[in-house]
Amino acid sequence: MKNGFRIQKNDTDYGGSSMDHLEELEAEAIYIMREVAAECEKPVMLYSVGKDSSVMLHLALKAFYPEKPPFPFLHINTTWKFREMITFRDETAEKMGIEMLEYINEDGVREGINPFDHGAAYTDIMKTQALRQALDLYGFTAAFGGGRRDEEKSRAKERIFSFRDHNHAWDPKNQRPELWKLYNTQIHRGESIRVFPLSNWTEADIWQYIRRESIPIVSLYFAKERPVVIRDGNIILADDERMRLGPGEEIQMKKVRFRTLGCYPLTGGVESEADTLDAIVQETLAAVESERTSRIIDSDGGSASMEKRKREGYF
Amino acid sequence: MEKDLLKFITCGSVDDGKSTLIGHMLYDAKLIFADQRRAMELDSGKGSADGRLDYSLLLDGLMAEREQGITIDVAYRYFTTRRRNFIVADTPGHEEYTRNMAVGASFASLCVILVDASQGVLMQTKRHARICALMGIRHFVFAVNKMDLVNYNQKKFEKIRKDVRVLMAEADGVQVQLIPVSATEGDNITEKSVRMPWYGGPALLPYLETVETGEPCGGRGFSMAVQRVCRPNRLFRGFQGQPASGSLAVGDILTVLPGGQKAAVAEILNGDKSVERCEKGQAVTIRLATETDVSRGCVLGKDTTLKTGSMLAAYLLWMDDKNLVAGRNFRMKLGTQTVPATVMKIRHRVDVNTGAEVSAETIYKNEIAFCEISMGSRVVFDTFAESREHGSLILMDRLSNMTCACGVVEQEIVRENNLTWHEMDITRELRESQMGQKAFTVWMTGLSGAGKSTIANEVEKRLFAMGKHTMILDGDNVRMGLNKNLGFGEEDRIENIRRIAQVAKLMNDAGLIVLAASISPYRPDRRMAREIIGENFTEVYVSTPLAECERRDTKGLYKAARAGEIAEFTGISGVYEVPESPDIVIDTTGRSVEECAGLLLAGIEKYL
Repeated sequence: MKNGFRIQKNDTDYGGSSMDHLEELEAEAIYIMREVAAECEKPVMLYSVGKDSSVMLHLALKAFYPEKPPFPFLHINTTWKFREMITFRDETAEKMGIEMLEYINEDGVREGINPFDHGAAYTDIMKTQALRQALDLYGFTAAFGGGRRDEEKSRAKERIFSFRDHNHAWDPKNQRPELWKLYNTQIHRGESIRVFPLSNWTEADIWQYIRRESIPIVSLYFAKERPVVIRDGNIILADDERMRLGPGEEIQMKKVRFRTLGCYPLTGGVESEADTLDAIVQETLAAVESERTSRIIDSDGGSASMEKRKREGYF
Repeated sequence: MEKDLLKFITCGSVDDGKSTLIGHMLYDAKLIFADQRRAMELDSGKGSADGRLDYSLLLDGLMAEREQGITIDVAYRYFTTRRRNFIVADTPGHEEYTRNMAVGASFASLCVILVDASQGVLMQTKRHARICALMGIRHFVFAVNKMDLVNYNQKKFEKIRKDVRVLMAEADGVQVQLIPVSATEGDNITEKSVRMPWYGGPALLPYLETVETGEPCGGRGFSMAVQRVCRPNRLFRGFQGQPASGSLAVGDILTVLPGGQKAAVAEILNGDKSVERCEKGQAVTIRLATETDVSRGCVLGKDTTLKTGSMLAAYLLWMDDKNLVAGRNFRMKLGTQTVPATVMKIRHRVDVNTGAEVSAETIYKNEIAFCEISMGSRVVFDTFAESREHGSLILMDRLSNMTCACGVVEQEIVRENNLTWHEMDITRELRESQMGQKAFTVWMTGLSGAGKSTIANEVEKRLFAMGKHTMILDGDNVRMGLNKNLGFGEEDRIENIRRIAQVAKLMNDAGLIVLAASISPYRPDRRMAREIIGENFTEVYVSTPLAECERRDTKGLYKAARAGEIAEFTGISGVYEVPESPDIVIDTTGRSVEECAGLLLAGIEKYL
């Protein structure tokens, strides 16, 4: 060291790599998945049926090939998902030969918790609490999620390996340092880790990767004539007979698609002509609004609502 | 055309305007979504009196950050211009959160260090510059900010340029660029400012779009740390990992480190596709032509400068609230290897302000120190200058599990170089045949009072009756003699186990059967014992539960521990790491000594 500076080598010493941006992201995600499989006691991969989950599943199949992913997949079903999602989920699990667990908060179902009457409490009970119950039930010590840092501001602050205490709570002010590729997976009993292999991907990366790898995704992402209701400026799909209509609301046919998927009464579609992957990628690259605008639940409680829910154990 | 990716960080002292700079850059370059812009415009109205836009709100995402108006942790932002993809890590300026700044620095290839034009180069500016260099960044941009507050005065800028030149004078192989900017007013951010005609260089964003940074150092030859072994069936055994350097083709001969065995490459998979060759950075699976002993932590190499050893010297950035003193023991992760490690010696501390090497006995949070580290087993590594991946490490606290330091390897320390192993004529095999037995070690682990010594005693009596030559190494007894100078801190516990294992090994070499009874609470220590003793090793877990041990409390130790009279007593205030796959498990609850001895003897029958 000279004057407190470590002596460095020159650029010319280094060999280059021929990998492009998507290949680098893919390799990074696979490295993370393999680290978890090698070091964590009981991992699980959260599967939400959305496009990010489809990419995660695809990466997991690649990461461990020719072995099947050495962990099960877990879907937290709120019972209000789009019907197409459930069909797609079951077909995918069968086709890929993976173990797919489903968890429903039966207490919530018994009490008739629904997105129309219960607002924020619905998300808490059927998603956050259901997830906590499921993780406790199986005793998973590490759970993969498809979260990306470009989605939302508190996610942008989160580590790839994100620690949760025995109450599944996140402490954003005291995150473990995460240096280079040296992930520290040590935990005490009762604690767990959420792992986000897609942290460094953007929405555009996801779509370009889906197109390049021909990854199957739910048809809801493609524009099609669908029966919808306009509510507070959002386009809501009337997916089944449980859809309630307010005064003056009526079901109409519109050519729409969805940028994100969740519970159908809480997910806004966009009017679009994009019915091919190429068209979707074009539309994504030109988008002026972030994808989160189509998730109604995230806007409850202002800009910090995601952090609040994460502190309480939301993914 | 495929655009490349630049990962960079912003750092510098608190209130130098890092978040504002990036926020303004994204805003001016129209790189934010409409809803994010609306939210910022709305939130700015809430906070500031004069209704000006607060660009930092685009980045400071945590509630505590917005409340206190500071950055606590790294925020990652992703944006794309016509020329390049960018990931920027906006890091905190407070000294308190230096470790979060280091997190950002470890991932970046370029840093933008902000300097307040009205304040000049501060201690925190210097600290961040030194940490960036330590973490391997070679491209430095000093953005001299708040030029609007000094009336865009060239003299102020030149004064800072001089100070930066002095600061960076000793930093070899580093490229330095200074740019005068105003983050709030937007001068020299996305385009050149008309208010500083005296500045002839580029504005910040155009500079970032065109600067050539090269790639981080991967090292010479081909190298890959094995992450995991893939065994879908009896026929396939592949080693998975991400090569740190070089390229490899089917048919090439690899060396497996630390063992040194050589094997030819039979097959390479890139993801799920069979390929003829692979290279640095890809997620691959390698199958070897011959059955070779390879597990996680091994490194597959070809023509590398990799070293194998149990001691190295490294610069550490200390990040824990608990201070570092020589003798502290940790778990160390280097590549995919996790081993026990002890900081043997603090050679000196680096003064972040002056760069001077200062002698120090204690290292406090956020300080840089040059240390000697001894590892519990042989580790494959390289210097950080040769290889980023094989030359970087973290230290983890054994109790809190926190990552308490990160470090870069400066050199290997070779200790046993002037010693050579003498092969003697009377070998272990000869001694064994003369005694008419096979030498082996039974390693008994379990809580205090679990019954280890009692069982060992009974087993030895029976072996003696069978005409076998035996010896018991009892933990307590050894501590009264050979290990009298050792305490119960983690470092001493490791040394205690190491000596017992070495003695057991000597006795085995003398042809004796050894029964070692010791609490040996840590898995890595028991692994070390197994490695020292070698093949003929049987691990016996005396699994008597804590409640039962405490009820017996033959030595009165549990009572004393509960009363707080014994610090770090295994099971009470110290951890016991249960064996993952012991060869024999004996729970003494409700069993007679004879019964337990019978169980043990049945388990070692193959040696008798």
